[in-house]
This record gives sequence, C-alpha cells and structure tokens, in this order.
Amino acid sequence: MTCHTAARPEDGSVATAYRTIAVVGPPNSGKTTLYNRLTGLRQKVGNFPGVTVEHHIGYLRDQLGEEVALIDLPGIYSLTPKSEDERVAIDVLQGKMPGTSRPDAVILVLNSNNLHSHLVLAGRVIALGLPTLVLLNMADELKKQNGAVDVLSLARELGTPVALVSAARGFGLEAVTNFLASSSPAPEPLELPVVGNTRSVREWAVRVGENANYRRPATPIWTKRLDNIFLHRTWGPLIFVAVVIAVFQMIFVAGKPLQDLLQGFLDSTGAWIGQTLPNGLLRSMLINGVWKGVGSVVVFLPQILLLFLVIGILEDSGYLARAAVIADRTMSRVGLNGKSFIPLLSAYACAVPAIMATRTIESKRDRIATILIAPFMTCSARLPVYTMVIAAFLPSRPLLGPFLNTRAAAMLGLYVLGFVMAVLTARVLKSTLLRSKDTPFILEMPPYRWPQLSSLLLRLVDRGKAFLYRAGTVIMVVSILLWAATNFPLHNGQPPAIQDSVVASLGHAIEPVIRPLGFDWKIGVGLVTSLAAREVIIATLGTLNGIDSEAHSFDLQMALRHELSLPGAVALLVFFAFAMQCMSTLAVVRRETNGWKWPAAQFAYMTVVAYVAAYAAYHITAHWVR
Amino acid sequence: MIFNFIFGRKQDRQATAKALADLRVGERAIVRELKLDHPIAEHLMNLGFVPGLEVSVERSGPGGDPRVYRVEGTEVAMRRELSRHIQVSLVGATAFGD
Repeated sequence: MTCHTAARPEDGSVATAYRTIAVVGPPNSGKTTLYNRLTGLRQKVGNFPGVTVEHHIGYLRDQLGEEVALIDLPGIYSLTPKSEDERVAIDVLQGKMPGTSRPDAVILVLNSNNLHSHLVLAGRVIALGLPTLVLLNMADELKKQNGAVDVLSLARELGTPVALVSAARGFGLEAVTNFLASSSPAPEPLELPVVGNTRSVREWAVRVGENANYRRPATPIWTKRLDNIFLHRTWGPLIFVAVVIAVFQMIFVAGKPLQDLLQGFLDSTGAWIGQTLPNGLLRSMLINGVWKGVGSVVVFLPQILLLFLVIGILEDSGYLARAAVIADRTMSRVGLNGKSFIPLLSAYACAVPAIMATRTIESKRDRIATILIAPFMTCSARLPVYTMVIAAFLPSRPLLGPFLNTRAAAMLGLYVLGFVMAVLTARVLKSTLLRSKDTPFILEMPPYRWPQLSSLLLRLVDRGKAFLYRAGTVIMVVSILLWAATNFPLHNGQPPAIQDSVVASLGHAIEPVIRPLGFDWKIGVGLVTSLAAREVIIATLGTLNGIDSEAHSFDLQMALRHELSLPGAVALLVFFAFAMQCMSTLAVVRRETNGWKWPAAQFAYMTVVAYVAAYAAYHITAHWVR
Repeated sequence: MIFNFIFGRKQDRQATAKALADLRVGERAIVRELKLDHPIAEHLMNLGFVPGLEVSVERSGPGGDPRVYRVEGTEVAMRRELSRHIQVSLVGATAFGD
C-alpha cells in the first residue's frame, strides 16, 4: 500500500537515522490505536513539565533491531497555539519542550474518512519541515463505505510518503518500517496559502484532496440506524438509564466483592508474613506500615480496572459520545456538560477511579470542575462510618410505612447532602474560576465501531500502571507516616499504647479546633487516621476504647454514645459528608492535574466547607434538642 | 434613497439567511459566518464548519438540545447557545418554503 519510492541507503542494512519520532494526529483519527499497534507494551506515561497534558513514550525496533523512541503527542486539529494541547505539540515539534529532544521525524495519522478536514493539519505539520510520513488510517472503513483516494497523487501533492493503513485491523503498517529504513530527507517546503488562516488552508486541503481523486465515503448505514435508536426521543434516555445502571452495578456489585476478596488475600498474606518474622518493631513496620500501605493502594485496582473496561467499551464503540448528548441537557443546568456524567456517577462507588475517568472530558475547565466536585459524591468508604454513627444514635422507626425507616432516611439525607454540595460547588466554580464560556460543548460523533480487545487491554494496563506508580507512591508514603505516628515515640523500645503515641498528641493538638464541633481528642485521632481511608476511623475509635470494632460493633456504638453528644454525632456525619478525608483521592488528583496546586486547594476548600457545615449542624441540632 | 437601496438589498439576502439553531431537522444550509470568538470559530472550522461548506441538521437530542449536525466528513453535536451564532443560508426548495 505504500507509495514511497525515495532512494534507500545502498545496502539497506544501515540503522535508521531517526532516533525520535513524534506521532501527531487529530482526535478521532485512531492515533492511539495506531500508536499502541506500533509500540505495544513498550511504552510509559509521562507529563511534560508545567502542563497537565499527558504523553506516552514508546519504543519501536528498526530494521537492525535498534530502538526508536515514539512520542505520542495529544490529539490536535491544528497547530495554532490556542489550547494547551496544541502548545505542547508545537513546543515538542520545534524542540522547545524542556527535557524532550526535538524529534527527527513525524508520523502524521489522519482519518481517511474525513480527509478534507484532516489535511488542514497535514498542511501545517509538513510546513514545519521535518521528514514526515502521512498515514491515512481507517482505510478499511473507507473502502467499505465506497470511498477512495489515490495515495501516489497525494504523496506528490504533499511531498511526503503517504500510505493507507488500518490500525484496528493491523494492515499497511509496513509503511512505518519502510519509512524508518529509507530515512527520507525533509520534504520540499510545502506551498501553503497564508498560514494561520484556517479558511484558506481548508481550501488548499480541498484542492489537494481533489487532485488526489479523493472520494468521500458514505455514512455507515449502521451508525444511522443505531443513532435512530440511541438518540431517539424516548428510547434514547431509557437506554441511557439502563447503561448507567449497568455501569453502576458493575462497580458496586462486581467491584466491591473483588475488592473485599483482594483485601482478604492481602490480610492473610500479611498475617503469614507476620508469622515468619520475629516479633518487634521491624515486623510491625513491615506489616502495619508497608504491607498495609501496599494493600491500600492495590485494593483500588479492581474498581479502577472495571470502570476503565466499561468506559473503554463505551468510548471505543462510540456510545459514550451519544450518552454525553443525552446527559448534556441535565448537566448543563449545573453548568457542566454531558461528558461529566459518567465520572460523577462512578464517584458514588469511589472517587479514585472517577477522577481517573475524567480524562474523557476534552475541555480542561470542565475536567477540573468535575475532579473538584467528584469527592462530594457519597463514596462507599463513607458508608461504614455513616452506618455506625447512625446506628449508635438513631433508633430505627418506620417513617413511611415499610418503605423507609428513620435510619435509611438519614442515610438518604447524607447522599442528598453530598450531591447538593457538589452542585453548589460546580455552580460557583463555573461562574467564577472555571468559566466555560471559552470552551463550549462541541462534540464530534464518531461512527459506531466494534471495540478492539487488544486496545482495551492496553488501556487497562496503562491506567493500572499510571495509578500504581504515580498515585500509589504517595499513598504508600502517607501510610508509612501514619504507621509511624501511631507507633512512636518508642516506650522502652516498644511501640506505645495509642494513647501515648504521636497520633494521640496530634489528636490532642487539634482538640481545641474541633471542640466547637462537639468532638473530643479521640475523634480527633480518628480524623487523622481516617486520612488513610475514611472507614479507618471506626477501627481507630475501637482501639482507643479497647474494643474490637469488627467483633463487637455494638460495644463500639455504646462507646460512641459516651464520646459524642447527639449534636456532635450529627456534626461528625456532616463533616464526613463534606471533608476530603482521603489521601488516595488527593494523590490521584495530584497525578491527574500534574501538580499539588489543585489537590491542595481542594483539600482546603472541602475541609473549610466540612468544618463550617459541621459547626452549623452542631449548633442547630443542639438548639433543636434543647 | 440610496440608503434604502443598499439596506433593502441586504434585507433581501437575509430573507434566506438564518442562524443554524433555527433550522429544522433534515434541512440543509451553507455556512455563511461564524459570529463567535476566534478560538471557538477556529475549532468549529477545523471540524468542517467553514464558510461556503454545507451543513445539515441530522437529528435532535432528547428535549431538542443539543442537536447533531453533519458537516463534510463528520457529525458534530452542539448546543443551541452555540449554533445560534452560526449564520447559514438555506439550500434547495425549502429555502423559500418557510
């Protein structure tokens, strides 16, 4: 399929002159699929300094088996430095990105089904003067839908090698090998009309397309048929709700047991390691610090992988764009767009995968806004705390006959509370800091396709690795610090009782601050340890009161009633509904926004909101009880 | 008056000129002008909303907003708050029908 005929090196056995190649292409060109085809698992994720844009560096072997680095740049439509993505692409291509050497060549991926639009980018990229290979992707769809293009003429028009490929089917990729082997010289400078003027470049693109006898493919009939159903006035929303319930069930019903299973396995391995080690500080650190730390990272994997599997299927099949259209009307009332719906929904299971899922939102501002409000959704880690406190203070009485009792109503109320605060926060953010006037909802609707298993699995591996390395390390460090805080200062070479530990001093230290909420130092200790995970407060309160919290849940409820007044209990519930008591979420936000700025702001904001609301709740309840 | 002459002509042209948001599902039109800030207009042009090219209203989302438009090579969903600022002129027989 290649048309490239440039002279090869005499013997053809010289290593390629290209050591670094940038892969560029518009969104929806299948660039990522192609990139994954070329590099497989030999890739790693990175962030360019100072920007939130993520990129991959992968490796490919040339004809002599030497490694060639492939940099995957963000999907862009043009090279006018308007968005952060485009600025990053331009900087890398011009060798201005710190820490990244200027690429020796460019592989440009275009969708052959939408050539006129995509050739605009080709014009701009080729004009940079780097050796370029143009790959017209999705050639299988082009052919099937009766489209055509003459690659030889197009190569002549562009002055670069051109090949028709299908990354999904894996054909035509030998063009890349040929490109490496030929190490073709930089293209003749392309004569572009006034660079910078999209309209004239577009006219140029149409002319080039016509000279290459480009025949646009017909819209796939199945896409029209499926859209008739999925975007139907009544069926559309119904199917949407069904899909949403399925996703939710998947994370809650399938994810939770898997997580518990993994937790059980980790606990028993921890116990086993414990038996093989001599009793002492080292054992305690390894088991309660390091191994628990590993555990608190790994337990997130089932939920993350499941959610990404589901979202991957929805995204690759093309349904996610339709779901966004359906959800958009509702979401626009909050000032967000339809793409935020699924991440926010998954935050009801856990904010960690939800925040990772926000990468399907193209608009940076909407993505940040979604990340900032996701932890207000009532995640599953809050449930044990809610259950325990409600059970301790609220007698179960029927409220609405057999349908709703007081405890369930209280639980429901807490769900509503979190949701309302999320909506309020979104509204405030979108009318101040993250105004989206500049990034309106514009969504390209790809045709429906069968998701490819290999590309789904690669993404799972990629997400899993990104979480373990980038967020996992932070979670580990905090776990070990928390362990140290509960096990120091040493008392006669032995860890102290928790009452005498650093964490207890922390509890005492913050007591004056939390006193107005009706919390004593023991609750304070619980607030500190619950940073590891919200439900940890239960075990901590158990330890502080000398009660095994799992075996004697009722005793702990009694102890809680000693510790807290009713207003204090209400304040505690409200505090947990709003506070960012979760280092894993913070670590993931840092990883996704590439810096501590947003997680720090989020932590401060949520803590202030939680404190003020808990204070109000305490006094309102106290007034009411009296 | 020469004033009326000029503006009269302009009004004639506007008889078929509409905002994209005003088209009905199934209607086709030619993009005339994007009355939007530069980055947004640029983005829309990159997607195919280029003055002189054809656009059609493919379908409407539940509740009538957002709607899906077809431009050359691709389909794009956007809200009315945006398509209101895209000036088009109708194509074909329906141009004078309503």
